[in-house]
Amino acid sequence: MLAALGAVPVLIAVAVRLTSSEVPAGHGPQFLDQVAGNGLFVAIVGMFMCIPLFLPLTVAVVSGDTIAGEAGHGTLRYLLLAPASRAHLLLVKYLGALAFCLAAALTVAIGGLLIGAALFPVGPVTLLSGDTIALGAAVLRIVLIAGYVALSLCGLAAVGLFISTLTDVPVGAMAATAVLSVAAQILGQLPQLDWLHPWLFTHEWFGFADLLREPILWGSFGRNALLQGGYVLVFGALAYGRLSTKDILS
Amino acid sequence: MTGAAATAGSANAAASTAHTGELAIETSGLSKSFGRRHAVTDLDLAVPHGSVFGFLGPNGSGKTTTIRMLLGLASPSSGTINVLGRPMPTAAKDVLPRVGALVEGPAFYPFLSGRANLLRLDAANPRADAEDRRRRVDRALETVGLAQAAGLAVHAYSLGMKQRLGIANALATDHELLVLDEPTNGLDPQGTREVRHLIASMAGAGTTVFISSHLLSEIEQMCTHAAVMSNGRRVAHGTLEELRADGTASAVLHTPDEQAARAVLARMGLGLVEAAAGTSTSTERGAAVVPEGGAAVEASPATDTVVVRGAMPEGAATAEEIVAELVAAGVRVRGFAIERPSLEERFVALTGEGFDLAH
Repeated sequence: MLAALGAVPVLIAVAVRLTSSEVPAGHGPQFLDQVAGNGLFVAIVGMFMCIPLFLPLTVAVVSGDTIAGEAGHGTLRYLLLAPASRAHLLLVKYLGALAFCLAAALTVAIGGLLIGAALFPVGPVTLLSGDTIALGAAVLRIVLIAGYVALSLCGLAAVGLFISTLTDVPVGAMAATAVLSVAAQILGQLPQLDWLHPWLFTHEWFGFADLLREPILWGSFGRNALLQGGYVLVFGALAYGRLSTKDILS
Repeated sequence: MTGAAATAGSANAAASTAHTGELAIETSGLSKSFGRRHAVTDLDLAVPHGSVFGFLGPNGSGKTTTIRMLLGLASPSSGTINVLGRPMPTAAKDVLPRVGALVEGPAFYPFLSGRANLLRLDAANPRADAEDRRRRVDRALETVGLAQAAGLAVHAYSLGMKQRLGIANALATDHELLVLDEPTNGLDPQGTREVRHLIASMAGAGTTVFISSHLLSEIEQMCTHAAVMSNGRRVAHGTLEELRADGTASAVLHTPDEQAARAVLARMGLGLVEAAAGTSTSTERGAAVVPEGGAAVEASPATDTVVVRGAMPEGAATAEEIVAELVAAGVRVRGFAIERPSLEERFVALTGEGFDLAH
């Protein structure tokens, strides 16, 4: 899955490199028109393209598999008989899912930086606020964006963990988690549901553009952290409540 | 397996002599229901320390559900469980490290090697010593004869090899209690023998072994104690001798004088149950257990000898008295024996015959 994620920026870069015609500004994903001029933008465009579907999908697969996958293999009972306490098992599984979130976001970022540097010139980056920052600082910003995206996925991972405790069929948990992430984004697009939007775990997913300003607007980072933390607490507690009382019959 | 001739004693399965403090597993009033289905009903078990305890019952009789409750995987609907002197599932953290288990068949990650699987499960045990983990796992693999295949991914294992790996997992750390759910499932005769030896040596070293099985012969060869389950209820419980003695004995008489013999037996208080076409031995008859009070006669066309069976209720006349009476009445006695039902007959009698599973 990480390899597939890493392939996204490669695809973008190669596509831009092969088409001679200039990409008109305002068409395609944000910043796509900048790629030919500065390879660093491959990473940013890659992130924009992966955050709505591809990244949540991979996180849904990993987090949906956490408990249900063990149950499906029948290894859950042996882990608990080893004995691993249920709280401990849940914690380790969630930390594993978080590690995947970070690895996934970094894969897109680093893959984008590498392929961008290989195919295009790289140099100082002009930010959304009009300021220009040096190459080193720009790379740092991209790593920061990866951190923001990883943070954005924590809530979804917690939801997946909870769903995973509900079933012994991992595919079901994965699908349900993926569907929820899409459904949340659809709800987020309906203006009639304005009151709901701040509560959706997808609400701040695109907020990482604020990291491309000078000075950095940390507001969205903070709101996102709070939102994701809330989801982690609520769904972590639900997952624990479910697993600690569940009869392990798989 | 046919019961030996014996006087009708009543070494009944009254009570095992063990006291509460000496029990490795004790349950009382244990019940579990899933919705409206009662998987286990009002189960009392007493497994003495150091015993090899057979937990016998046909498929779907609640054995595995009981084992899941004993190990804290499922919580009982009602009743109490003590394992190694501690209540379950509340004391699971202290009890489970002392218990090795194989529950409802082995389960492993197919893409990890056998050794890696065991190492992973051992790493999940906070009490296991990480330093000699590799040594303990390798020793366990060797014990079950998997040393050669330990590096192979589990998806390449046969069912029997997985079963061995499951047993190895139960042996990786030293345990006071082994709970083995159908341990010889899928094993070849050689493997079955090895498991039997293994269990005997574990028991010899003082480990209590709790084995569930639907195979009577397995229980009969390995166990000192047994409980029989049927439809989620315990229908028998005790040492193997007690279980054998439990059934009603029957007198088997070979005689050409059927009518006279029947009359005598009836007078002696025996319920006439069956008279079969018998030439010489009684082994030709069907394996059905003797229900008290029925009656049947079957004459042999080949010979004039008829086999008459009479159920001997407790406290009835002894064998000598019956024979003396028969002879006095002029019945030609060509053969006489007292038979007890074999364990298999007891098992079938207790759990019912046929393929319709309980549900």
